[in-house]
Amino acid sequence: MSKTSSKQMKKLSIDILLGGVLVFGFTALVLLIAGAPVFATLKNIWLGAFASTTKISQVLSVWVPLTLCACGLLFTFRANLWNIGIEGQVIMGAIGAMAALRIPGIENPVLITALAFFASIIGGSLWGLFAGLLKTKGGVHEIFGGLGLNFVAQGFILWLIFGPWKRPGIASMSGTELLPRELWLSTPPGWRVSIGGLVIGVSVLILTWLLLEKSMLGLKLTAIGQNPRAARLYDISPVAHYLQSIIIAGGCAGIAGFLQVTAVYHRLIPSISSGYGYLALLLVMLAGYRISLVPFLALFFAALNVGAIQLPIVLQLDSALSGVIQGCCVLSTLFIIGIRQKRKQS
Amino acid sequence: MIGDLSLPVLIASVLTASAPLIIIALGETLTEKSGVINLSLDGVVLFSAMAAFVVAKTTGSLLLGFLAGGFAGMLTGIIVGYFSVYLHLSQVAVGFALSLLCRDLAYFLGNPYSRVQGPTLLAGKLPFYEALPSSLQIILTQPLTVWFALLLIFILYYFFSFSKAGLCLRSVGENPAASFARGLNPGRIQMAAVLAGAFLVGVGGAAYSLSLKPGWGRPQGAEGIGWIGLALVIFGGWHPMRVALGAMLFAFLQVSGIGLQDIFPGVPSQVFQTAPFPLMIFTLVFMHYSTKNNRKQGYRENRFQRIIGKLFMSRAPKAIGKSYRQE
Repeated sequence: MSKTSSKQMKKLSIDILLGGVLVFGFTALVLLIAGAPVFATLKNIWLGAFASTTKISQVLSVWVPLTLCACGLLFTFRANLWNIGIEGQVIMGAIGAMAALRIPGIENPVLITALAFFASIIGGSLWGLFAGLLKTKGGVHEIFGGLGLNFVAQGFILWLIFGPWKRPGIASMSGTELLPRELWLSTPPGWRVSIGGLVIGVSVLILTWLLLEKSMLGLKLTAIGQNPRAARLYDISPVAHYLQSIIIAGGCAGIAGFLQVTAVYHRLIPSISSGYGYLALLLVMLAGYRISLVPFLALFFAALNVGAIQLPIVLQLDSALSGVIQGCCVLSTLFIIGIRQKRKQS
Repeated sequence: MIGDLSLPVLIASVLTASAPLIIIALGETLTEKSGVINLSLDGVVLFSAMAAFVVAKTTGSLLLGFLAGGFAGMLTGIIVGYFSVYLHLSQVAVGFALSLLCRDLAYFLGNPYSRVQGPTLLAGKLPFYEALPSSLQIILTQPLTVWFALLLIFILYYFFSFSKAGLCLRSVGENPAASFARGLNPGRIQMAAVLAGAFLVGVGGAAYSLSLKPGWGRPQGAEGIGWIGLALVIFGGWHPMRVALGAMLFAFLQVSGIGLQDIFPGVPSQVFQTAPFPLMIFTLVFMHYSTKNNRKQGYRENRFQRIIGKLFMSRAPKAIGKSYRQE
């Protein structure tokens, strides 16, 4: 990076500026169509995300699962796999955690939480393995296998909430019964994010960096992602590595599910994954599949998500605006990359 | 039959439920035959459904609503086409990002129109309704979308198999370089296929908010349909008739899900709604094996296996998903 000339830096800053203008222009256009005040809305999102420590901690509580999913996706994208099934892997992680938390007879809350942690990894990676096997053995493209498994996981969690795990009395969309207090991951007073969750998120981020940039695994995955046929000549099995990467991704997503249960909702709800899996896909694309950008962009995405929560109450706007801005960021980035490549050719 | 449904009612409801899905899946077939995957379907269906409902509600005209849906679809098609055909970007990445963007855009812009009453396309009696036996009266009393969907199957079949334009489109999907050498313009043909396909997807989306699940809201009820449509194209082996049959099979599963709900009242309806998805995966795996086995010599000698093999064999357009750079 030390050789980055000032010319390249200038180019990069022009690109970022152009991207910003595109995103802002499109967002303003959408807001104008909806008849909403542009600057008041954006200011509202900003305040909704950063006005108080409670809100900042809430942003962090979204940052953790987003980062976890994005870390997992870095592995699969490295092997050139489109792990769209990450959403279902989060759900299965949450189900695994809840299943362990419901084991009767274990009194020690630390032990049972540790059990839930490992159960969530197993749940998520098992779901990843299914999608991987469907691709390698069943010839089903990972996008369709993953999507199908997402819907199956969604059906499964609904069945659990309305069936075997329903609240005593009445089953409802609001989820299962709340966990006993001692099973909640500890959260400082006035905060919305648990320290444990933050520690897990940062450790997984560092571990991912080590594995992808400093280990043989990362190198092999790169080789397979670039050219699976050539990799086979070097005795690197694409099938085994496809499965490995998608299992790791599933495990990371599973941990996100564990945190959603033990640190955020303290119960199982139908929308336990909150769409973080899909959002992480956008995030990793926007980061250009580079881990160095993931934590910062995850913070940006998390701030948008949390900031938009109060839009329906304050301005009678739908909170989906955050998704509009996020999607627009990715498309603008792709657009700029495409234009640059086109220029280079001609 | 299943639950309280009698056979004519079952057939009628399968036809009604499958019509929008047929239009959507056939639109995507048209696009993919030219070698471009439009992965943005799921969001585009919602976006066009919203646009169609809003326009139909404000103008009071169903026709304008359907057209608005189609043009909303086409608008997204411009992005997909420009990014993948002219900028040579990853079609999957563009499609996925656009899909999420369109979905949220639909929720955001459609918010003031949620849960309001709007114009609805109802089932219409045929002119010779009185002359029909009662079971046919039930089956054939359908909204216009059903007739449009059925007609579209044959139009596309004719287009792909018997028209010169269809041949050009298929050749671009198989080998753009060779078709360029024969004097065709692959970029232009792909762009046209993307736009036409996206228009049909938009009309399909409009068929949801104006006819099958009238109205707008969050959730609308058409969520996930785009992904099904994409899977159906593979399921149908890129052949219009089989794609349409797949859509009907899917609709049958959904309708019988409603019937099953009467038998198992404790299970929430959403569980039955997801039931067709694992079946879809299973079929795709099955298709993979019969396509693989069909190439083996011995497999074809058994008559039963040959028929099954033919039924489930599928071959994608050769150049699908790859962007073509003109030399």
